[in-house]
Amino acid sequence: MKVTNIEKLKEKILRSRDKTKTWVTVCGGTGCQAYGCQKVVKAFQEEIKRLGLGDSVGVRTTGCHGFCERGPLVVIQPEGIFYQRVSVKDVPEIINETVVNKKIVERLLYKDPQTGQKIIHEHDVPFYSKQKRIIFGNNGLIDPTDIRDYIAVDGYQALSKVLFEMTAEEVIEEIKKSGLRGRGGAGFLTGLKWEICRRVSSPVKYLICNADEGDPGAYMDRSLLEGNPHSVIEGMVIGAYAIGATEGFIYVRLEYPLAVKNITLAIEQAREFGFLGDSILGSEFSFDLHVFKGAGAFVSGEETSLMASIEGRRAFPRQKPPFPAQKGLWGRPTNINNVETWANVPLIIKKGADWYSQIGTRTSKGTKIFSLVGKINNTGLVEVPMGITLREIIYDIGGGIKDNKKFKAVQTGGPSGGCIPAEMLDLPIDFDTLTKAGSMMGSGGMIVMDEDTCMVDVARYFLQFTQEESCGKCVPCRLGTRQLYEILTRITKGEGEEEDLKRLEDLAKTIKAGSLCGLGQTAPNPVLTTLKYFRHEYEAHIKRKECPALSCKDLIIYYIEPDKCVGCLLCLKNCPVGAISGERKKVHVINQDLCVKCGACYEVCPPKIRAVSKYTGRKKEAILKKEKQSKE
Amino acid sequence: MEERKRGQLVHLLHQAQSKEGYISARAIASIAEKLNISEGEVFGVVTFYKAFSLRPQGKHKVTICMGTACHVRGAPLILDELERTLGIPAGETTKDGLFTLETVNCVGACALGPIVIVDGEYHGQMKPREVKKLLEKTGENLNRLNEP
Repeated sequence: MKVTNIEKLKEKILRSRDKTKTWVTVCGGTGCQAYGCQKVVKAFQEEIKRLGLGDSVGVRTTGCHGFCERGPLVVIQPEGIFYQRVSVKDVPEIINETVVNKKIVERLLYKDPQTGQKIIHEHDVPFYSKQKRIIFGNNGLIDPTDIRDYIAVDGYQALSKVLFEMTAEEVIEEIKKSGLRGRGGAGFLTGLKWEICRRVSSPVKYLICNADEGDPGAYMDRSLLEGNPHSVIEGMVIGAYAIGATEGFIYVRLEYPLAVKNITLAIEQAREFGFLGDSILGSEFSFDLHVFKGAGAFVSGEETSLMASIEGRRAFPRQKPPFPAQKGLWGRPTNINNVETWANVPLIIKKGADWYSQIGTRTSKGTKIFSLVGKINNTGLVEVPMGITLREIIYDIGGGIKDNKKFKAVQTGGPSGGCIPAEMLDLPIDFDTLTKAGSMMGSGGMIVMDEDTCMVDVARYFLQFTQEESCGKCVPCRLGTRQLYEILTRITKGEGEEEDLKRLEDLAKTIKAGSLCGLGQTAPNPVLTTLKYFRHEYEAHIKRKECPALSCKDLIIYYIEPDKCVGCLLCLKNCPVGAISGERKKVHVINQDLCVKCGACYEVCPPKIRAVSKYTGRKKEAILKKEKQSKE
Repeated sequence: MEERKRGQLVHLLHQAQSKEGYISARAIASIAEKLNISEGEVFGVVTFYKAFSLRPQGKHKVTICMGTACHVRGAPLILDELERTLGIPAGETTKDGLFTLETVNCVGACALGPIVIVDGEYHGQMKPREVKKLLEKTGENLNRLNEP
């Protein structure tokens, strides 16, 4: 079916739907799937069939709702009743109580940990109520595998408007006026990027969607591709029209099988409906899209590397200029934007640049989706207006730190970003403030760290990552990240020297200045920011051989307090290497020579007793000395 | 269109990898011939990307997420325990060909961290002491792993 009038099609779809029908929507994002939501979906379908309710009740698997902490999530529509941590055994009760008898199942409701109040509707849950979900909102409403669901929420209307009411120049002008900046990390003005590419004359131009979301701890692009793939496709067709591109690629990270599946299906459906292919919506404009599955290399998220990868080469970056807009894929002008950027485009066209530019700060417009993860109570994806403070994100939306621990830092921007300390909690977040703090927006990963996280270890973690992922083309990155990693490893082992801090800083500067691509140019950021804000932790490791967070394995010991141990045998049984000796009702002892410091004893010792302690530095030495003396 | 022929390379390698479980010498030769490039060039691409393996994989695939969120929640301790229990470092396969242990940089299911994936099934909020039980669920005898 080739569509020519999108408004009429929407009306037809809405007319064909029974408005009185109750919908059980189940979040089908990767997080909820890992919790086993597919079994829940199946159970709902079977229960509805068993009771013969098929005509009045439907089940819909939607994209990610964002509140991953509480999955599997179920929302009963149209009422919007929100159930969390739903398992298969809850299904008959939900159908019988809520769907049939219109009653609430209290125990499945979300309970606000601060007020203790139970909340019925999704939009009243603090996690959602403080967000501004303009990009992400439809994720929870539509079935991403059915294009009609997207059309029913005004999908492809922006495309229709562009094709029949706007010139290419007007589209670019609108995007420029909106102030939209690239969501992939660097924050370049999208409209300007498009204009540069439009001005290059060439019979063939390419368009790329960068979905090689490699930053660990960031997964908003995946959720968009999984949950609302047509918004990305629509954005790309609009972009293609503005730039004059004929063909496009969506480069998806290999580790995202569901995203590959959903975007591939969405492209097929878009072709079938005439939103892709020849003479789109009956206009003179033609454009088509392909999915390209990545092969597991972090560097391929860099634009020139990504193009090399599509061309069938190793993902090596190259010198810029020439920029992709001049010479990109197969030497043709190419425009690359990130998934979230593309998803913003239809919205700007539909609602106008004036509306869009009211959201956000002076230099960063619109919203940004962050993945709030780590030591936080409400793990999940949050969409907030630019300019919101870290405190609002972490405490109001995120519900604070896990287990009432003390907040230490938040890491933004992935391996290219940095750590922002607790003192800067009131920092309004946008592209420029984060860069000024020594970090960066990156793709929007926000990893929360508490008092148990060692900042030297975090720096070491990121450098291990970048030195492994460095493609090896240029020397400063290849050798420099390796050296940084080795020095940091030495420090975490208690073998650091005082000169190491200066070495780290010198190396970091050289790597930043001398590396060819963004990977190397930003790789030292985690080291530089932790040195800037947490220098005392480095000094403790070096001077006192002490890990203040009690995290670095080589600097700590586990010790059973003789005055607290009741001799319950629990730790002894759980020690994987048999390092604990003792008898029932007698004090247990850890053999430090055998201990591998896995923490199992610390973990299993009952909270009431807490006989296992961790020690570092002088206290650790004192205990070891005492044990040695008693042996002799 | 000759320039675009090579663009199929990564795709063809994905196909070969999923068909045989690894990239065999035969697959390299046939892909090189098909795309009219040298075997050396195909080999270079195979070794560059993590997705391709030159050796056959174990019967069970154990993957541990080493993303930042999992890291701060204790993934390194889980990895230690997996390596100790299986008797192999990450990236290797046990001698009897039963288990391959791999790390991944992030699977994006951060709410469940630390995560171990065994044969495609996710296991969240892992603790070091749960590792052995998890591996035993595969039905294999863990005591005889690295016997020839």
